[in-house]
Amino acid sequence: MIPAAQLDYWVLSPLFVVAGFAVLGLILEAALGRRYRFVVQTIATAIGLVAALVVSVLVYGDLRTPEEAGHVARGAVEAEGAVTVDGPGVITWIMLLVFALLSLGLFAERRFEAGMSPFTGRAADIPGSDEESQAVQHRLEHTEVFPLMLFALSGMMLFATANDLITMFVALEVLSLPLYVLCALSRRRRLISQEAAMKYFLLGAFSSVFFLYGAALAYGYSGSLNLTIIDEAVSARADSGGLLLVAMAMIAVGLLFKIGAVPFHAWTPDVYQGAPTPVTGFMAAATKAAAFIALMRVFFVAFGGASWDWRPTFWVVAVITMVFGSVVAIAQTDVKRMLAYSSIAHAGFLLVGFSAAYVGIANEAVLTSVSSVLFYLVVYGVATIGAFAVVSVVRDSAGETTHLAKWTGLGQRSPWLAGTFALFMLSFAGIPLTAGFIGKWGVFAAAWAGGTWPLVVIGVLASALAAYFYVRVIVLMFFTEPVGDGPTVAAPGVLTTVVIALAAIVTVVLGVLPGPLLDIVQHAGAFVR
Amino acid sequence: MTEYITLSFLLFTIGAVGVLVRRNAIVVFMCVELMLNATNLAFVSFARQHGNLDGQTAAFFVMVVAAAEVVIGLAIIVSIYRTRRSTSVDEANLLKA
Repeated sequence: MIPAAQLDYWVLSPLFVVAGFAVLGLILEAALGRRYRFVVQTIATAIGLVAALVVSVLVYGDLRTPEEAGHVARGAVEAEGAVTVDGPGVITWIMLLVFALLSLGLFAERRFEAGMSPFTGRAADIPGSDEESQAVQHRLEHTEVFPLMLFALSGMMLFATANDLITMFVALEVLSLPLYVLCALSRRRRLISQEAAMKYFLLGAFSSVFFLYGAALAYGYSGSLNLTIIDEAVSARADSGGLLLVAMAMIAVGLLFKIGAVPFHAWTPDVYQGAPTPVTGFMAAATKAAAFIALMRVFFVAFGGASWDWRPTFWVVAVITMVFGSVVAIAQTDVKRMLAYSSIAHAGFLLVGFSAAYVGIANEAVLTSVSSVLFYLVVYGVATIGAFAVVSVVRDSAGETTHLAKWTGLGQRSPWLAGTFALFMLSFAGIPLTAGFIGKWGVFAAAWAGGTWPLVVIGVLASALAAYFYVRVIVLMFFTEPVGDGPTVAAPGVLTTVVIALAAIVTVVLGVLPGPLLDIVQHAGAFVR
Repeated sequence: MTEYITLSFLLFTIGAVGVLVRRNAIVVFMCVELMLNATNLAFVSFARQHGNLDGQTAAFFVMVVAAAEVVIGLAIIVSIYRTRRSTSVDEANLLKA
């Protein structure tokens, strides 16, 4: 007789709410007539996200400090050791839910395609076939995208809080599989959308097997998949542990793939370019956040005792990621590809904060590696969703015009739109008075305190390099005469306008007044073991 | 004991090399599945070595996930095949810098 698991349903409720609404979405899909589905699904998804957000905030307020914790740490290991609900974890939940709410606005925007969603009407149709035009004629829409997004989100939330390598693997797949499907569903340019999905799928499956084999080796080394018990085995080791080194390397490969760090970045530009723009925004912001917290949790909690074995590797990865992303972005002619390389560079900056492994001073709230990365992820994610929202607005008759040459003179045609895009670019570049500056300052300060000052120097130089191509886009939009008719800007619907405006406001407010959020992330504390 | 781990490592390597050198998306995907099964072998061998059940349960989780992955993967590959009449990963090259 196996005893039933003891679950504290209250602290785990955000996960249940999101997964529950995803299942509800499937039921609605089956039960409702086609005419009502889109609106009902959108509203149900929004209700689910807001409910989960409210519950997460309440759970965060309830987190207790364990008595024996040396550093400020809040929360506890729940669900029989499978999930850790702690300060950084719940903040990540809240962050992911906010990203999802913003992305939902883009998912549900129907203004650009004559009253239809940005997703293909019937994915099974061959592009360019009669069936496809019939699907357009009958105004078919795939409303399954909303439950798919919620399933991906539930996987991300679990991924960021998993305390067990097999739970983490399942969460990794739960977040990836819906994203593979979503990537293939673009309404326009379906060939490259399908191609992006196939590349993402094959490479994603390949990398997650590496993660899994690493988990198997870590299990072989320690006799358990639980991060806490692996930590005990690692801290008590007497030998150099060749098995452990291979395990750490393989787990790192799987996780670095998800955050898009060099040399595991090859999928990023293709997938970002091919996927439907709302999905790209969601994926770029939320996947990176979830995967980064998972990466930090595995290496700080399970392999913390071997930090001198893994830190040098991550220093190298951080440097080549920052430099490679910034240099290659300069050569891009496509806005979405440029943003993809920019996201690779940002992964490098985040790795600087992470690999410093700065845990702060006991019982004092300072900017540690964890809290600076959390702040950076919020800043980067919001600006990313905003930037992709702008990309979805600049269009011509064939859909979005992502070629940079078509963006010349955008500032003269629609100054507000170009102005907000310029704001996001400045934030990415880390110019003072935007949120990106505080974010970069945070990770560099943590790295400095952690003693890895050479990384900080290279990081500052790389951001100067990156600033070049961000500013180039601004120059292109404002100070270059438009070619021919210039870019066409579709009048954005209410939802897209709200998303762009909110993202811009957050970017400015966090740049001018970062205090409150910095305070929150500083009090998030360390990961609970 | 060591033999099983060695076999699992060999299978994993064969799968990894297959992913890198084969050009047909279906075969690439089969190689990924081979790697997953190599991982399962490692899990159950380690479970026997440590004398606990964690590794065996892990193998079950992996099987379920692999099945779900097949569904998604084949759907994507079939939709590409219907469009292009080919599943070669070299011919899918519209996305370039």
